[in-house]
Amino acid sequence: MLSCRHVIDIEDLTPEEIVHVLDTADAFAEVNERQIKKLPTLRGRTVINLFLEPSTRTRTSFEIAAKRLSADAVNFSASSSATVKGESLRDTAKTLSAMACDLVVVRHKYAGAPRILAESMDSCVVNGGDGMHQHPTQALLDLYTMRKALGRLEGLTVGVVGDISHSRVAGSLVPALRMVGATPVVVAPPTLLPSRPDVLGAEVAHDLDEVLPDLDVAYLLRVQMERAEGMPFPSVREYARLYGMNRARMDRLRDGAIVMHPGPMNRGVEISADVADSDRSLVLGQVESGVAVRMAIMYLLLGGEASGAAA
Amino acid sequence: MEHRTKAVVMDAEAVSRALTRIAHEVVEANKGAERLAFVGILTRGAHVAARLAARIREIEGTDVPVGLLDISFYRDDVGVRLNPEVHRTDIPFSVDGRTIVLCDDVLYTGRTIRAAMDAIMDYGRPDCIQLAVLVDRGHRELPIRADYVGKNVPTSAKERVKARFAEEDGADAVDILEAAGEGE
Repeated sequence: MLSCRHVIDIEDLTPEEIVHVLDTADAFAEVNERQIKKLPTLRGRTVINLFLEPSTRTRTSFEIAAKRLSADAVNFSASSSATVKGESLRDTAKTLSAMACDLVVVRHKYAGAPRILAESMDSCVVNGGDGMHQHPTQALLDLYTMRKALGRLEGLTVGVVGDISHSRVAGSLVPALRMVGATPVVVAPPTLLPSRPDVLGAEVAHDLDEVLPDLDVAYLLRVQMERAEGMPFPSVREYARLYGMNRARMDRLRDGAIVMHPGPMNRGVEISADVADSDRSLVLGQVESGVAVRMAIMYLLLGGEASGAAA
Repeated sequence: MEHRTKAVVMDAEAVSRALTRIAHEVVEANKGAERLAFVGILTRGAHVAARLAARIREIEGTDVPVGLLDISFYRDDVGVRLNPEVHRTDIPFSVDGRTIVLCDDVLYTGRTIRAAMDAIMDYGRPDCIQLAVLVDRGHRELPIRADYVGKNVPTSAKERVKARFAEEDGADAVDILEAAGEGE
């Protein structure tokens, strides 16, 4: 059970609730290993995936999570939504409310859109990524993956490397790491940092090679050329040389340290192909964790009020 | 709501004797322990399953596999109330073709057992599912009965029955609890 009705920002959850989501996801991970990957838990509930911005893994992950819990999952993409005809977000919210859906997962190119939706409808709303703001379930699945691989979260040093200023993944992951007692270090050229990096609440470094030996996790962000205004660095080749994770850099990480990336990867830019496919790379593990973590979020949001169990 | 102990209906010896008797009954009913497996419903059914497996090892010299089952995701009241403590199911054997003996501490409405049977069916197709409980307190809401019962304890719906196990609670016993303020 969560104290919030919506998960828009990672800060909507308390640190204890974050750990509770991860513990619950552990139980759902077991379901995903079974031959019959289906539970009756949310039978009769309706989940709408309102994805007004392109997505493959997040949308599919939410859809699979809903279906494995026996909820009815309906997908709306930007092209099939009435928003292309000029419908406002509030009207979309009212329309979805009238269809008595229980949970809406929304992805939108503008920060704050999920919050507007949440204020306009009775259903639970989960942010599936809004502009350059937040992507809280990505942060949760990243924490889950780290905890599973390294056995703990508290005390870990996590280097979040790359395009911090445009990254909603970093927007959720950095505060999430702080909330569970890990130390985030953002590593980026000044042109890919927000104008006031102190508001991130993380240590800031510009030299990846300097921080590498201190990292338990090297978390590489995708360089989002589509969001950048102009070229934020002289060349992709130079970025790869200074901030890309390659075999030589991976070998300088601590023993047992892992490499993560939220995907989709620009191979040869922020991560080299051999690192992406190495056994220290947990990129596919993150995708796998995504289903279990999203099942946990849906279960805990739609599960009703907690009380004793009848036998 | 606070509860206080109204009566201790089984002490450690009674619990031990009941589990020994159930173990013998299981072996007798199934003509041995081959193809048997115990599945304990978390949390306290796990202790019943482990104890029965240990007894059968002493009686028959057979190691009966033991699994643990969390039924939180199979409850029929998730929309109303949710189990805040979800545990990880661990069934380290194939249920196909086996006789599964579901084990629980207290049998009450039968809804937990219905959920447990649904869960087991998602793991495969057992030949047969049987039910062993330490206490049957009545008040069934579904047509479910136990095959092996340690003790039948008629209760009021207002009362609670609490089974305690040394592994978790420091001692073996079965208590009837009533809400503080009731029965005075």
